[in-house]
Amino acid sequence: MSRHICLRKMAVNQKGIIRSVGSYGEMGRRIRDMGLVPGVEVQVVGRAPLNDPVALRLRDFTLTLRNNEADHIFVEIENG
Amino acid sequence: MDSTKKTITIALSGNPNAGKTTLFNILTGSRQHVGNYPGITVEKKEGFVETSGHMLHFVDLPGTYSLTAYSQEELVARNYMIQEGPDLVVDVVNASSLERNLYLAVQILELGAPLILALNMMDEVRKKGITLNTELLEQRMDCRVVETVARQGKGKQELIDTIIEMSEQTEAFKSPLKISYGPDLDPVIEEMTAIIESSSFLTDTYPARWIALKYLEMDEEILAEGRKKSKDISEKIEQAVHDVADHCLKTLKTYPEAVIADYRYGFISSLLKDVVSRDEQRQRIEMSDHMDKFLTHRLLGPLFMVFVLYMVYTLTFLVGDVPLGLIEDFFGWLGNNVRAVMPDGLLQSLIASGIIDGVGAVLSFVPLLMIIFFCIAFLEDSGYMARVAYMLDRVFRYFGLHGCSIMPFIVSGGIAGGCAVPGIMAARTLRSPREKLATILTAPFMTCGAKLPVFLLLAAIFFPANQALALFLITVLAWASALLVSKLLRSTIIRGPATPFVMELPPYRLPTMRGLLIHTWERTWQYIKKAGTIILAISIIIWAAMTFPQLPEERLAYYESLSMKVESIDQGFEDDLYIGPGAGHEISFEEQVEFSLAEEQLAYSYAGRIGTFLEPVTKWAGFDWRINISLVGGFAAKEVIISTLGTAYSLGAVDEDDPSSLAGRIEQDPDWDAKRAISLIIFVLLYAPCFVAVVAIARESGSWKWACFAMVFNTVFAFAFSTVVYQTLKVFI
Repeated sequence: MSRHICLRKMAVNQKGIIRSVGSYGEMGRRIRDMGLVPGVEVQVVGRAPLNDPVALRLRDFTLTLRNNEADHIFVEIENG
Repeated sequence: MDSTKKTITIALSGNPNAGKTTLFNILTGSRQHVGNYPGITVEKKEGFVETSGHMLHFVDLPGTYSLTAYSQEELVARNYMIQEGPDLVVDVVNASSLERNLYLAVQILELGAPLILALNMMDEVRKKGITLNTELLEQRMDCRVVETVARQGKGKQELIDTIIEMSEQTEAFKSPLKISYGPDLDPVIEEMTAIIESSSFLTDTYPARWIALKYLEMDEEILAEGRKKSKDISEKIEQAVHDVADHCLKTLKTYPEAVIADYRYGFISSLLKDVVSRDEQRQRIEMSDHMDKFLTHRLLGPLFMVFVLYMVYTLTFLVGDVPLGLIEDFFGWLGNNVRAVMPDGLLQSLIASGIIDGVGAVLSFVPLLMIIFFCIAFLEDSGYMARVAYMLDRVFRYFGLHGCSIMPFIVSGGIAGGCAVPGIMAARTLRSPREKLATILTAPFMTCGAKLPVFLLLAAIFFPANQALALFLITVLAWASALLVSKLLRSTIIRGPATPFVMELPPYRLPTMRGLLIHTWERTWQYIKKAGTIILAISIIIWAAMTFPQLPEERLAYYESLSMKVESIDQGFEDDLYIGPGAGHEISFEEQVEFSLAEEQLAYSYAGRIGTFLEPVTKWAGFDWRINISLVGGFAAKEVIISTLGTAYSLGAVDEDDPSSLAGRIEQDPDWDAKRAISLIIFVLLYAPCFVAVVAIARESGSWKWACFAMVFNTVFAFAFSTVVYQTLKVFI
C-alpha cells in the first residue's frame, strides 16, 4: 500500500519516491538541477532548529530546501 | 614562459564541492593568478603548467550544477565555454555522487565542447564499497575519463597526458550530443532546429539544436539575444515553444523545461546502468550523518554554532591584535621619522599624515583579514558553513537575508569590537545577489572596534554606573538596525523573491592546509592591491580637506609672536588661550600655543568650514561644529573621531585608548549632557561607513552606486534617528 503526500509533511527518517515536482521558473530549475526529479528516492534526514529548512538525502548526497519549496514536491511513501 | 610552445587552453568546470579547486591547485601549484571577471565579482582564476612541448593554460570556472544559467556563476561558466572556446573542457565530478554530477557533463556534451571527465574522490568511492566501471562509462559517454584523488595529488599526470593527447587530435571534432526528449518534444526540437539552421540564426556562436533547447527552457539570456538578432525568427520559434508548452500543461501538467530535465536524468541513469555497482553490505550510515546528528541538533546545534562563531571572532581579534599593533607601531615610527627628517611644511604633512597614515590604516587591517579569511576558508572547506546557513536561515529569511549572512554580521562587530571591512568581504559566501547586497549594506551598522572608543568615552562620562549595560544596549541597537533596515531594503529597492535555498550539505571533510593558505592569500592580496590604490587617493583628499586652506598670514604671524614670547611667560597672554584641565598632566605654555594653532587651523580648513556650515542643521541632533568636524573626519576612519575632537578642543593628540584629558574637558563643558551623548552614540553607530568599508562595499557589490547609497542613506538614517531621540529626550528631560 502506498500514498502520495507533500514533501513538507514527511517526518524525519521517512523515505519515499518523488512522483511530481510542480514548481517552475528559477526555483523549479534549481530543484531539478540538484536532481530532485520524479523517480528519485529521498529520505528526510533532519530539520533545522526552527523546523525549516529541511535536510534530505538523495541517493548519494544531502540537500536542504525550505518548506515553501518542498510544498511543490509530492512523494509516494512506502508502507504508508 | 616559452612563447614557441603550443598553448592549450583548458577550462576546469564542475559542481561545487567536487574538488575542482583542489585539483586546480594541485595542477598549477603556485603559478596562479586571481582576478575578477570584468564588471562582476565572480572570481576568475588562471594558472599555467609547462610540459615539454606544451604550455597548459588552466582556467578555473566557478562551480555550477548546471548550464541553465540563472546565477552569475553559471552564466560565467557557460559563456566562457561557448564564447572563449577553450581547447578542452575538464569536468571534475565527485565520483561518489555520479548521477547528479553527470547532469552538468551531459550539458557540456550537448554544447559540443571537447570534454575530459575527471572522476575525482575515487578514494571515497572505494571506501563506500562502490565499484565503477570506468571503461564502460568512457564508451557510453564517448569521451575520455580519468580517475583522480585531488587531495592526494593522484591522477594528476594521467590527466595532463590525456589533455596533451586529446589536444593533438582536435581534427576529430565531435558533433554535439543528441539526447531524445520524448515524443512530445522531439518533433518540435527538430522543427525548431530546421528553422534555426536554414536561417543561420545565432549559429556562429551556438549549435542549432542547443538553441532550440534553450528556447524550450525559456533561457532569458538566449531569448534576449535571439530577439536582438532577428525579431521575426525569434517570434516564430517562441510561438512553437508556446504551443508545445500549452500542450504539455494540458496533457502532462508539466513544463517543457521539466520534461527536458527528466529526460536528461533518464539518459544519465541509462548511462550508469552496470557502471556503478554497490556492495549493499557496506551501505552504512556515513560519518557525516553521525556528526550532523550532533552538529545540527535542535538544541546542541545552535549552542555549538554560537561557540564556533565566538571562537572565530576571538581568534581573529585576539591573535590579530598583535601584528595589528606591530604594523601600527611601524607606521607610527615611520611617520615620526619622516616628521623628524623632513623640514616642517606641507610636503612633510602630506607624506606623514596623508600618505603614511592612510596606507598604514589600510595595511594594518591585513593581519585581521588574513586570520578571518583563514577561518572562513576552514569553515567553508570543512562543510560547516553550509550547516550554519541551514540552521539560521529561518530567522534571517524573515528579514530578507540568508542563513549565510550571519558571518559578515558577526565579523563586522555583531559582537562588539569587530571590523566591517573583513565583514563585508566575508559576504562573498552568499551566492544569492539580493541577499548578499542587503547583507553588505547593513553590516556596517555593527559596533566595530573603531566606534568603540567613542562609546566607551561617552558611557564613562555620562553613564558611569551602567557602562556595561550601555554597551550591551548599543550592540542590540546595532543588530536591530541592521535587521530592520535590511527588511526595509528588501521590501523596497532590493525587492525580489527570496533566492531558493536548495543547497547541498557537503560531507564534512578536513580541509587541506594548502587549499586554506591559497584561499587566504588570494583574498588578502586582492584587498591589498585593489583597495590600497583607491584608499590612498581618498586619504590624500581627506588630508587636504583638513589642511587647506591654510590660515592667513596674520594669524600665523600672531602665533609666531606668541611662541617667541615663550621664554618670558606673560600672564597676560594666557587669557587669550584656553588652558585645558590637563587631567593629571601639566602642559607647557609652548604646547598650549601649538594646540591652539592646530585648533584654529582645523576650524579654518574645509573640513572645519563644513562643520560650521552644518551646525544649523546638526544642532537639531544636538551637535556643534566641533563634533561636526570630528564626524567629517570619521568618514576617513572612525578612529579619527576622538583624535579630531581632541584637536577641536585644542588638546593636542588624544590617545584613543586613554582619552582621559578629553573626558575631563567634555565633563566640564556645559554644552554636553546625556541627551547629546545618546544622540551622538546613535549617530556614530549608524552613519556612513568609513571609507575603507565604502571601498569594500563598492568592490563586493560590483558598483560605486551602492557605495554612494551606503554613505548617503546611512548618514540620513542616522541623522533622522539621532534627531528624533534628541528632541524627544529634550521634551522629557
